[in-house]
Amino acid sequence: MRKLYSALKIICLVALGITLICLVAVIAYVLIKGTGKLSFDLLFGDYKSSPSILPAFVGMLELVAIASLIAVPIGVASAIFLVEYTNNKGKLVRIIQVATETLAGIPSIVYGLFGYLIFVVAFGWGYSIIGGGITLAIMILPTIVRSTQESLLSVQGGLREGSYALGASKVRTIFKIVLPSASGGIVTAIILAIGRVVSESAVLILTIGMVVNKVPQNLLSPGTSLALDIYYFASNGYRDEAAATSVVLLVFVIFLNLLASGIGKLIKKSTGEEK
Amino acid sequence: MKSSTFINLKEKGMRFVFLFCAIFSILALATITVFLFISGTPFIAKTGFFEFVFVMKWAPLADEIAYGIFPMIVTTLYVTALSVIIGVGIGLLTAIALYKFCPKKLVNPIRQMINLLAGIPSVIFGLFGMTVIVPFVRDYISPNGVGYGIFSASLVLGIMILPTIVSVSLDSLNSVPSSYYEGALALGATKEQATFKILVPSAKSGILAGVVLAIGRAIGETMAVIMVIGGSPEMPNSLFQSVRTLTANIAMGAMELRGDALSALIATGVVLFVFTLLLNISFSLLKREKNDKIKKKESKK
Repeated sequence: MRKLYSALKIICLVALGITLICLVAVIAYVLIKGTGKLSFDLLFGDYKSSPSILPAFVGMLELVAIASLIAVPIGVASAIFLVEYTNNKGKLVRIIQVATETLAGIPSIVYGLFGYLIFVVAFGWGYSIIGGGITLAIMILPTIVRSTQESLLSVQGGLREGSYALGASKVRTIFKIVLPSASGGIVTAIILAIGRVVSESAVLILTIGMVVNKVPQNLLSPGTSLALDIYYFASNGYRDEAAATSVVLLVFVIFLNLLASGIGKLIKKSTGEEK
Repeated sequence: MKSSTFINLKEKGMRFVFLFCAIFSILALATITVFLFISGTPFIAKTGFFEFVFVMKWAPLADEIAYGIFPMIVTTLYVTALSVIIGVGIGLLTAIALYKFCPKKLVNPIRQMINLLAGIPSVIFGLFGMTVIVPFVRDYISPNGVGYGIFSASLVLGIMILPTIVSVSLDSLNSVPSSYYEGALALGATKEQATFKILVPSAKSGILAGVVLAIGRAIGETMAVIMVIGGSPEMPNSLFQSVRTLTANIAMGAMELRGDALSALIATGVVLFVFTLLLNISFSLLKREKNDKIKKKESKK
């Protein structure tokens, strides 16, 4: 029996090795294959003679702006209601909780289909950046609500009571005391949500139209994003360009992740939670 | 007096604003459900539920039009099952290794790295699959020289869900009280026996929740799959054959189809939506069971 369990231990360590190798291989492959292919034309060209990711860049920034402008206020306000006004109990809270959880579990392609039905067809906008942005906003809403809820719950009750004791109203307490103390967690949540917007492509394929060669003129024009460009390049035979675009996207995503964890650490330090 | 009524008004107003935002999630979910079902179910009703779900042929552009998504359902199930077996198998063992058998100094850096990897966009996994895994499978593993198909898709998805499974399993292992482990050691179990016979079974419900989460991701993943699965709407007869999943069907058809064929795609979305709803329900049931257990333990104390 002992031998069997020692063997299991070795198998576990092998599995750990496989996990690390697989995941490192993905990143290493992209970096090695793609870095050499980065060129000025690819990054900033005008897409006349050779492929360029400038339109994707613009599209991505617009999508991030639209999605976070919609999802952040709604998400944070919704978490405030759940935590500060209802004590996280009651029937309505339960329903809202179930709705957010269900939203979080819907596959992104179904969001894409919904965005297509409502913005492209029902509203008659056609493929548009703004349609894609709103769909993405609904998609990241559950993440923002949940993490904001967590950071609001971690604010000590004494702070609120102290504020009430000094005569502040509830709304004033929320905006002057609770939100500033929870701001670190909320900012981290927003950055991670932006990371999801940046890496999403299945939603966009159905809502913004994958027009890779034109910088979008306005929010109602079709466009593309970095992640969508990778798919376009890869499936149309531009594999080198796809790898190079992946490098750019990867750098973005890793930067966002490091930023989020850096802010988290900074806040913990300043509130003295971590020594 | 005046200022206090003003404050009261402001308080009530803000409460209303917060409430409205909180209800927004419900509204969004309701709109999504209603839109999908209104545009999807009439088509299912027209074709007939059994026709749509169990007919083996999908040919919206052929002379003899057929809208049967059975091949896609089967492929989805195959891909999901295989990738979850790969991902959970390796991921769970990795979590156990990180929990007990890895030098303590390495655990945190490895964990952070795995968390970072969880953020890699799926389209990059797709690119990796398309340019590395598919050629490799074609040249060395496939018996018939086809690299695209269920096998490659499951490999790519398995790798993709690894980080999720590792971190969820590690969390639930960490939440097992250390007295369980110490008790087992005191009774004469070896370190390994205590880990596999006591710790892992105690973390079961958390691990199971992680598995359900992984199933959800595998069913819903689109981009990584369409880049490696080939895309022919055929019944899978082998692991090495160009096929498509439900998600791939939606993504591949949506750009070019109109009319009835488009309604068929939306109906595909409805089927996928119902799948994930069922998964969600089982996930929340699992979570409730886990919470009940914790409550029972606490009340015993």
